[in-house]
Amino acid sequence: MRQVLTQKVLPPLTAVLLVLVVWQALVSFDVVDDPSKLPSPSAVWDEVRDAWLAGTLLDYIWTSVSRGLLGFLLALVIGTPLGLIVARVRFIRAAIGPILSGLQSLPSVAWVPPAVLWLGLENKMMYAVILLGAVPSIANGLVSGVDQVPPLFLRAGRTLGASGLRHTWHIVLPAALPGYLAGLKQGWAFSWRSLMAAEIIASSPELGVGLGQLLENGRNASSMPMIFLAIFLILIVGIAVDLLIFSPLERRVLRGRGLLVKS
Amino acid sequence: MATALAKAAEDISPATTHAARIEHVSKSFGGPAGSQLVLDDITLDVAPGEFVTLLGASGCGKSTLLNLVAGLDKPSAGAITTDGRPALMFQEHALFPWLTAGKNIELALKLRGVPKAERRPRAEELLELVRLHGAYRKRVHELSGGMRQRVALARALAQDSRLLLMDEPFAALDAITRDVLHDELTRVWSETNVSVLFVTHNVREACASPQRVVLLSSRPGPVAHEWRVGIPHPRRIEDSAVAELSVEITEQLRGEIRRHGQH
Repeated sequence: MRQVLTQKVLPPLTAVLLVLVVWQALVSFDVVDDPSKLPSPSAVWDEVRDAWLAGTLLDYIWTSVSRGLLGFLLALVIGTPLGLIVARVRFIRAAIGPILSGLQSLPSVAWVPPAVLWLGLENKMMYAVILLGAVPSIANGLVSGVDQVPPLFLRAGRTLGASGLRHTWHIVLPAALPGYLAGLKQGWAFSWRSLMAAEIIASSPELGVGLGQLLENGRNASSMPMIFLAIFLILIVGIAVDLLIFSPLERRVLRGRGLLVKS
Repeated sequence: MATALAKAAEDISPATTHAARIEHVSKSFGGPAGSQLVLDDITLDVAPGEFVTLLGASGCGKSTLLNLVAGLDKPSAGAITTDGRPALMFQEHALFPWLTAGKNIELALKLRGVPKAERRPRAEELLELVRLHGAYRKRVHELSGGMRQRVALARALAQDSRLLLMDEPFAALDAITRDVLHDELTRVWSETNVSVLFVTHNVREACASPQRVVLLSSRPGPVAHEWRVGIPHPRRIEDSAVAELSVEITEQLRGEIRRHGQH
């Protein structure tokens, strides 16, 4: 327990503390003396407290997180079978494999303008942007996971009498799990980024205020503390989801296979 | 357990006089630079319940022959018939790292259609047979090399095939573990009435063969030599009969290698 505290908790806390100290110093010693460029930590903290007291802080977070997670789950449901088919069917792989990996390098913010025109300023449009960003990542992760399955496992599975779907379910998918998880992790990062891009660009009263809109509202109000608040929240949510969902999942899978050495 | 399998052996219809029949089999691998003959006119029968050790220098095509018998590849000429689908054991244990030792065995049972309720007790029985009781919950990476091959043997036996093909299964183990496992294999074989086709390049392993040793020619061609081994078990390498056999087999094997200049 003590070891966990000194090795896992202490280093990041020290880093955060150091950033806060430097930040406060920049303001206190008038290195940056324009509060509209760099607000003091206490000004941002006041912004947090005000939003909390007004009861809107959790609303901002929940609006975006619920969208992000639901969009990610949809991407999971679509990306998984897609990746499996691309990995296993040669014709389809040749047909759409390159497009799929090409799409990964297209910034998903590029999808916002067409999505707005196709679907209007509605939640549908947000989900469309998330899907276009995350599905290629998830599918590609699964494809590379399947490609890296040792041929010995495939042969062993076949001699055990597994073929077709049963071969896929009992041998290929579990063997490809580490690569798939890496794809999911990246898929989440893409979902979250796409959503933030969509929320910043497309705002409308019906959509409610998520973290992206909060950032845009801060810009419109020229309120640097509000902008800082939005950026911090976006960062914290991204880190929290990775830390609470993906990292434990990945550790569990790798440890079960003896691929993770306890440090 | 032993009685159950013995009973299954009695159920074989009298028409089945062999576990595997290899008739005038040839195999060549074609490439753009011309095809290369690996096996030429091999004829070999494995009787039900027989233990045949297939000995040959490296590169003589013994693994190719085993793959053909396993049905993983097709012969270029000749015919191979087996009594049902054979089980195959590799030099690498080929156990699935995402499953425990017990679940690896249960997967083999499941793929062969054994009802769920019977799988667990059957897997425990098989682990008992290879003297690994208590290893049910162990992950693959927690087992030693010898233990992994024991689990692999149990998993191969779980397929309940009449023929067990073994492709240098103990070659990666240290000498003492290899001797112990070969004795164990002989014991399991005598308790189960399964037929074994055991491939090796190791004269010491060939001398431990309980019944029949077949020497493959180093140049593609028919079987070079054959011994019926009548030395009773348990054997010690110091026994004069074993030493005599070892000298004789080594002579023949060296002759093969010298004659064809392949090693």
